[in-house]
Amino acid sequence: MASKIEVSTNTAANQPGATLSNEEILRYSRHLIMPEVGMEGQLKLKQAKVLCIGTGGLGAPLGLYLAAAGVGRLGLIDFDVVDFTNLQRQVLFGSGDIGRPKIEAAASRLRDLNPDIRIDTFETRLTSENALDTLKDYDLIVDGTDNFPTRYLVNDACVLLGKPYVYGSIFRFEGQITVFADQTGPCYRCLYPEPPPPGLVPSCAEGGVLGVLPGIVGTIQAMETLKLIIGKGQPLIGRLLLFDALAMKFRELKLRKNPECPACGQHRTITHLIDYAEFCGIRGEESEAPATTVPEITPKELKARLDRGDDLYILDVREPHEYQICNLGGHLLPLGELALRAAELDSSKEIVAHCRSGKRSAEAVEFLRKAGFRKLWNLKGGILAWSDEVDPSVPKY
Amino acid sequence: MGVKVIIPTPLRAYAGKQESVEVQGATVGEALASLTSRYGDLKKHLFNEEGRLRSFVNVYVNDEDIRFLKKDQTGVRDGDIISIIPSIAGGA
Repeated sequence: MASKIEVSTNTAANQPGATLSNEEILRYSRHLIMPEVGMEGQLKLKQAKVLCIGTGGLGAPLGLYLAAAGVGRLGLIDFDVVDFTNLQRQVLFGSGDIGRPKIEAAASRLRDLNPDIRIDTFETRLTSENALDTLKDYDLIVDGTDNFPTRYLVNDACVLLGKPYVYGSIFRFEGQITVFADQTGPCYRCLYPEPPPPGLVPSCAEGGVLGVLPGIVGTIQAMETLKLIIGKGQPLIGRLLLFDALAMKFRELKLRKNPECPACGQHRTITHLIDYAEFCGIRGEESEAPATTVPEITPKELKARLDRGDDLYILDVREPHEYQICNLGGHLLPLGELALRAAELDSSKEIVAHCRSGKRSAEAVEFLRKAGFRKLWNLKGGILAWSDEVDPSVPKY
Repeated sequence: MGVKVIIPTPLRAYAGKQESVEVQGATVGEALASLTSRYGDLKKHLFNEEGRLRSFVNVYVNDEDIRFLKKDQTGVRDGDIISIIPSIAGGA
């Protein structure tokens, strides 16, 4: 089913890429001595134009290995700024980059690794307005994104422009990789016609991720990208590679084109880029703040009442491993167990529920209110706010 | 021997934290019904209100997507593996 992908190398129109300098021959000697690559393959890499969307968990190994391999023109898109919590897995960045735009730090690192390639930077969010223009100059698009709307946007743009799209995604300890490339093969919408409703599948910030996982998945994406460019080996077209890091198992499932696919099928209804936030059911940015209908107490107010000796029952609805990171000495009852164990709580007591940021505890308060409890407070901003406003010695996570 | 259903990470919390569950059934529909009758919480994550499989959850029998076989009428035999593959999007 899979057919060969022609990645335009356009030798005639791209004269500067037609040869390798002596320095390049030396730099890439470990490629050149392999018959599968050779001068021909390295020239294809030099003339290839690849766009990496995202410079974070997946984008880091992508950028590093594509630059190292000598992809002649590497585009990078990212609107974000380096954050301390990124360093656990976004290995393009260092401590000195905190607060710096990711695109700047990424370009700087990659230019150091390989000064001979051209790096285009786009410090912007990819949108329906700019996607077609941004993607059109590249041969191949690689996915380093972290959200559903962008993935659907990139997919649709790639189908409209006829560009291959190297897909990768992760969740906790699992990854998925495939290549959507063939005119006769599937696209992302063939695989998943619709995204999950917002909030159902947590992001890395909310659900956590073992730092090395995007390293493994992104590196596989880089490998697939290089194979497509040099035209060697069997690409993951029509194959969904599943990776389970805990079991250390790879599995492969068949991907088929959906003849009714609205993007790439026989009767295409997607003829231009749409509002992807709306498609994914998101209106504006999702905030971490709890619903304001729930009665709230601020950390300072709580501290004042505790200092006064008020008899308050502190209910911690986080998970046991979070309690070990830091706690307010509260009674631990994870949110997921509340329905089963609510009878353990004394409704005659004044209960202050808290979690990490105030979102889960708001749900807990709402649940208890419906169960007939009357003296309830949600700690606004959770233990994070307690650390900010009352006791900075409490670690944030 | 039965049919093994592999539970993806995002849904393991609703399946008693198990990675896979053995069920009985002659079709995918029966196997998944057996699964959700044992783990009620899984039902709303796999099926919508009309009882149809949610479109961001794909189901495979061995390595074939049931949408290209007979959907929930796809036959399963002892030793077959049903994989539930939900859409994930992490990457940053």
